[in-house]
Amino acid sequence: MKPTPLHDVHTALGAHLTEFAGWAMPVRYGSETAEHNAVRTAAGLFDLSHMGEIEVTGPEAGRALDRALVGRPSAIGVGRARYSMICAEDGGIIDDLVIYRLAEEHYLVVANASNVDVVHPALVERASGFDAAVRDCSEEWALIAVQGPNSPAIIAALTDLDVPSLKYYAIDAGSLAGIEVRLARTGYTGEDGFEIYCRPADAADVWAALSKAGEEHGLIPAGLACRDTLRLEAGMPLYGNELSRDITPFEAGLGRVVALDKPEGFVGDAALAARKEEGPRSELVGLIPEGRRSPRAGYPVLDPATGAEIGVVTSGSPSPTLGHPVAIAHVRPDLRTPGTRLQISVRGTVVDAEVVPLPFYTRAR
Amino acid sequence: MSIPADLSYTSEHEWLRREGETAVVGITAYAADALGDVVYVDLPEVGAQITAGEACGELESTKSVSDLFAPADGEVVKVNDKLGDDAGLVNSDPYGEGWLFVVKVSGEPDTLDAAGYAELIGE
Repeated sequence: MKPTPLHDVHTALGAHLTEFAGWAMPVRYGSETAEHNAVRTAAGLFDLSHMGEIEVTGPEAGRALDRALVGRPSAIGVGRARYSMICAEDGGIIDDLVIYRLAEEHYLVVANASNVDVVHPALVERASGFDAAVRDCSEEWALIAVQGPNSPAIIAALTDLDVPSLKYYAIDAGSLAGIEVRLARTGYTGEDGFEIYCRPADAADVWAALSKAGEEHGLIPAGLACRDTLRLEAGMPLYGNELSRDITPFEAGLGRVVALDKPEGFVGDAALAARKEEGPRSELVGLIPEGRRSPRAGYPVLDPATGAEIGVVTSGSPSPTLGHPVAIAHVRPDLRTPGTRLQISVRGTVVDAEVVPLPFYTRAR
Repeated sequence: MSIPADLSYTSEHEWLRREGETAVVGITAYAADALGDVVYVDLPEVGAQITAGEACGELESTKSVSDLFAPADGEVVKVNDKLGDDAGLVNSDPYGEGWLFVVKVSGEPDTLDAAGYAELIGE
């Protein structure tokens, strides 16, 4: 297992470590429920250094990304970010991505750790013929996130950057605790929060400064276990669960990220235009089951009228915030309407469940 | 991880406290820690006949669900109703308030002593 630049910090904190995409990652430090609740009510500190970073630079970097991805990165303003996807020719999702435009001719593409080895060569291939260079720079970045309602106060105490004017999905370069970082207002928890890109050699100092500044704001270190329940409550898809090569963005309810009107076309455009026309083959829905046993990924979803399998759970867990189980599932399109009664086969028992709108949880603003 | 000397243990990380022909059953601190925060416990019903080594319930944590294996042959005579409101007792007090059920044991269960269990979990 590959250690992150913060490995010694996690060990000293007594973290439970787990293998994730080849990395030794903290799954929790103490109680994952306490970590989840800290992010919802105060703040949590995450090591996300496993994420993949790919740099695309050059005069035609924007055009190359327009060709490679389903969105229109050339239209992203400098200092802003967009959620996007890279799809195969058949429209299948290869990965979901966050694209930061750091400068006019400089993009940072952040890929899932498990997919960076696929995304990087795909971008290289798709950028050929454009005046643009693609480089996997994952080893050059550590990534630390501070998420939760108290995160702006914690960050503001340490940086010369103007935190209140840093908008959601914006990124700026500056110093944090005297260390050069890129500070983004992004996250994967459904809360306000920040993601801090820094050099691996500086990661322990950044973590220590954030921990200290966060003490009076209820900040605690938080692991991947609570990251998963936080994103699930917030209805955010996870690659490998909700997203895969077998579906297009339309089956994920994310057709809005597909820009079919790009003048120069993109990889997968014909298949995606056809899928938009014919409609999604399944729909991603929220399900709230009765009782307290939680559906998990892979459990069959059934039509109560016939008992036929009409879908599958992609993620499911007891929701710490709501106090009952929640699940996301792919179901037959005609059964997507909120209020529809379905059933889930939970470890040999059929449990009634109701389709509900996603997300399960929305933060108060 | 605490392993009280006066209890018997199974290789499935349950403990038994013998009281005459009955035994109180719970899961060990090691198991509770490995599960993470237990949020729901599905216990056998009073009167149920259980068979050593077979699943007789479930322990559900945020991240996972695990079978609860019967530590002995016998009849369930009492279950810990408090876990319905506070399954977290399994984590906070695994050898005390977090007990699971009481079984009237038939035959002699195959168990480890504290030293044997400590060896099993590598402590």
